[in-house]
Amino acid sequence: MSTMTQTPPGTENPVFYDLDEHEHPPGHSTMLGFWLYLMSDCLIFAMLFAAYGVYGGSYAGGPTARELFELPLVAVNTTMLLLSSITYGFAMISADERKRGAVLSWLAITALFGAAFLAIELYEFSNLIHEGAGPQRSAFLSSFFTLVGTHGLHVTFGLIWLGTLMVQVSRRGLVDANLRRLQCLSLFWHFLDVIWIGVFTFVYLLGVLR
Amino acid sequence: MSADTHHGHAADHGHAHGNGHGHGHGHGHDDPHGGAAHGSRKGYWIGFLLSVLLTAPAFALVMSGVIADPRLTAGIVMALAMVQIVVHMIYFLHMNTKSEAGWTMMALIFTVIIVVIVISGSLWVMYHMNLNMMPQMQAEMSSAGM
Amino acid sequence: MSDDLIKTIFGRLSLESFPIHEPILIGTFAMVALGGAALLGALTYFRLWGYLWKEWFTSVDHKKIGIMYIVLALVMFLRGFADALMMRAQQAIAFGGNEGFLPAHHYDQVFTAHGVIMIFFVAMPFVTGLMNYVVPLQIGARDVSFPFLNNFSFWMTVSGAVIVMMSLFVGEFARTGWLAMAPLSGIDYSPDVGVDYYVWALQIAGVGTLLSGVNLLATIIKMRAPGMTLMQMPIFTWSALVTNVLIVAAFPVLTAVLAMLSLDRYVGTNFFTNTGGGNPMMYTNMIWIWGHPEVYILILPAFGVFSEVVSTFSGKRLFGYTSMVYALIVICILSYLVWLHHFFTMGSGASVNSFFGITTMIISIPTGAKIFNWMFTMYRGRIRFELPMMWAVAFMLTFVIGGMTGVMLAVPPADFQFHNSLFLVAHFHNVIIGGVLFGMFAGVNYWWPKAFGFKLDKFWGTISFWCWVVGFWVAFTPLYVLGLMGVTRRLRAFDDPSLQIWFVIAAVGALIIAAGIGSMLIQFYVSIRDREKLRDFTGDPWNGRTLEWATSSPPPAYNFAFSPVIHDLDAWHDMKQRKAERPTEGFRAIHMPKNTGAGIILAGLSTVFGVAMIWYIWWLAALAFVALLAVAIGHTFNYDRDFHIPAEDVVKNEDARTRALQSAGI
Repeated sequence: MSTMTQTPPGTENPVFYDLDEHEHPPGHSTMLGFWLYLMSDCLIFAMLFAAYGVYGGSYAGGPTARELFELPLVAVNTTMLLLSSITYGFAMISADERKRGAVLSWLAITALFGAAFLAIELYEFSNLIHEGAGPQRSAFLSSFFTLVGTHGLHVTFGLIWLGTLMVQVSRRGLVDANLRRLQCLSLFWHFLDVIWIGVFTFVYLLGVLR
Repeated sequence: MSADTHHGHAADHGHAHGNGHGHGHGHGHDDPHGGAAHGSRKGYWIGFLLSVLLTAPAFALVMSGVIADPRLTAGIVMALAMVQIVVHMIYFLHMNTKSEAGWTMMALIFTVIIVVIVISGSLWVMYHMNLNMMPQMQAEMSSAGM
Repeated sequence: MSDDLIKTIFGRLSLESFPIHEPILIGTFAMVALGGAALLGALTYFRLWGYLWKEWFTSVDHKKIGIMYIVLALVMFLRGFADALMMRAQQAIAFGGNEGFLPAHHYDQVFTAHGVIMIFFVAMPFVTGLMNYVVPLQIGARDVSFPFLNNFSFWMTVSGAVIVMMSLFVGEFARTGWLAMAPLSGIDYSPDVGVDYYVWALQIAGVGTLLSGVNLLATIIKMRAPGMTLMQMPIFTWSALVTNVLIVAAFPVLTAVLAMLSLDRYVGTNFFTNTGGGNPMMYTNMIWIWGHPEVYILILPAFGVFSEVVSTFSGKRLFGYTSMVYALIVICILSYLVWLHHFFTMGSGASVNSFFGITTMIISIPTGAKIFNWMFTMYRGRIRFELPMMWAVAFMLTFVIGGMTGVMLAVPPADFQFHNSLFLVAHFHNVIIGGVLFGMFAGVNYWWPKAFGFKLDKFWGTISFWCWVVGFWVAFTPLYVLGLMGVTRRLRAFDDPSLQIWFVIAAVGALIIAAGIGSMLIQFYVSIRDREKLRDFTGDPWNGRTLEWATSSPPPAYNFAFSPVIHDLDAWHDMKQRKAERPTEGFRAIHMPKNTGAGIILAGLSTVFGVAMIWYIWWLAALAFVALLAVAIGHTFNYDRDFHIPAEDVVKNEDARTRALQSAGI
């Protein structure tokens, strides 16, 4: 034990205090922290997918997935979300080029696609509830509404966040803090798109096949 | 003994040392993204086109019912989804092994493992529970499903 | 018409919601009200509100937040222990026609509240508080990665605790047991507010727990002092890293499960109902996917404390550091593969049960390896039996027994006998008290001098220690015995008079533990009174080995005037060995985050939201939610969140430290 803590003969004592340090730049952990949060969010969705997996066939004598789901509508919805993903990407590229106006326009277009997605989803939900296939009808519909609804809720908060950021970018410009926030929202937005791949595959497509 | 292993590992994990110094010299405005990769317009377009090429066939297969065997269709659709998730990860989320000294990738791999465990574990456990404990429910389900 | 109006305004809340017909609760309420009034009066009289608000409530300093977490844990511990005493008393007298003093609906709330409080509002804040205080110091950082989030997390935990405490006097708490198993927790069988209190308290506190997990993870990954590689991190920091990985990966599961339960209760969905295709077994399955990692979230930090304590008080480097780290990582993954052992008896059949039985036995291997490492660290060390070390030794003896009964429970056929018996109750108290609580007490005794600049009184500490250890065994050995006889848990009254003696012994044990808690409070009081005598000027009263002992006690707001540079695992020991010179000049201004009241305001609004949801006061819930959103968004418009501690202040601080060190003869 003692041999290794002693300085080897002939070597200088090393530096023990960083006398010329530079501070951690503000927000240096933000991207990592936000990513970790997204991973935890991923696990919420994992549980909802697990619930849908278990309850996917529990129709309780009610309507089945094949009877309820309208794939053309889902395809349109998927397109909306995919388009919003690439427009957000263009917003990020404009941010890298420090073009404030372009960032704001791309964000606005993204918000439009996001809102369209939400509107279609709400239309689908209200149709289902109208047909008597609300979340109370069966465990299958409970898990369907909860999973898809949670994704929709995330999109809603994403839109609120996006609106807030547009105000902040237009007021303060593309300062470091705002660039960080844009980057976080970018992760969030694309993450929701990844979740949606799971939703349209496992819920809608496989539901119809079931 | 502990001294030896300890030094061996210090060398293995040398990147953390560089990491610590890296912050010391970075300035805020140089790197607001904390080392995350940047996308390019071309990258987004590639990602978008690949997504379209992966989504459209999935929908087409199910909607047209070209393949008679639904299990084969399901398999293909799931495979397409897996590939598309990877595409999104690379082209939209800019995942790579280098950003944040590999920690984002590490977190992702860990999460994927846990997700696989909880979903497949739940399905496995609940399948056996239902089989053993709720035989009448199985009967109901199959009659409702048919 | 006016009835409707009252319903709209107050929801389910009515005069009957206040338990004025329950003498026990009225008595408790009177005491709490008097005590509370006295406390508030004293705070006002001594004009401490401004001080508390400025220096503590709005503080983003990880050290102060850590201390506040531990204060919360201790306060809630008294409440949880009062519940325990009531249960022990009830079970000791309720024999042969005697119904005891607790009616069934009250008794059921007591055991539910005891479990919920002890896990979520004692063990969790204790562990989080300790990690918050110690980790940044151990890695040579000035604060955590997200100081504001840290403050917010703390207040969300408080918010959850407030909601649980509120259920004592307004309405009632859940009568379902601490995991609120379905379908009992569904709206059909629990139509009143109890389960809603449970759900909202845990959801709100859960936000805090999750965010603090993200925060500490990012801190450990990003803020280590220059030179500190992963394999040079102190072992407590390693255990904190793994613990927070578990928190971030497990608490979302709880959030999702509780969300589904509340949808069942509020919206009428069919997740866990007996009808409509629902399946209550799925609730059990999902909540234990969270529940098992939670066990390790609690115990791993305690393992970390013991590793530090054993190494410091044996005067040796920790034996098998690398194997300790790998044991932690293996436990981290394996803890997600054992959840079914909590419900072997539910009927998943032989294949599933044997898989989970085997994984459970495997997970005891890394834990056993850790015990051996501690013993080898002590072997041929110069052991000093200070208080933390005494707790560590008591832990090793106690925890091994608890671990072995755990392996007994892991054998599926045997579990059919033990399941839901008092044997199980004895087992998990054995590991939680003998592991987590002893660990936290070791931690408090170990780091108290760091936090406050003086040691804790050893006389009263020793008395508390012996009362706890003896009391624990007197209280829980009878439960092992009763469990083997087949007595199930959560019973309120018994027929067989031959069992009574065991319950009386257990009650005596609980009283001895009460004496231990009393002695601990006296220990705190005596130490604060005699603080000048117990003062430590060196900042390193135990001859420590890790970086937190390199700075003054209590540490300055900025922790380290200059970042230490790490060359060795036991960095501070290395610095002492090689006579590292503490710099006494060249100080600069230090960049620090500003205090903010946003955290406490957001948590307050969350409390209002939760209470409104519990009582179906929809307008208030909507209002609180909108306000929550508005304040959160408003907070993001504040870009001015930092300031500099001027160089003169740093110089003043550090000169005082130089003088203190000189007076201590160093």
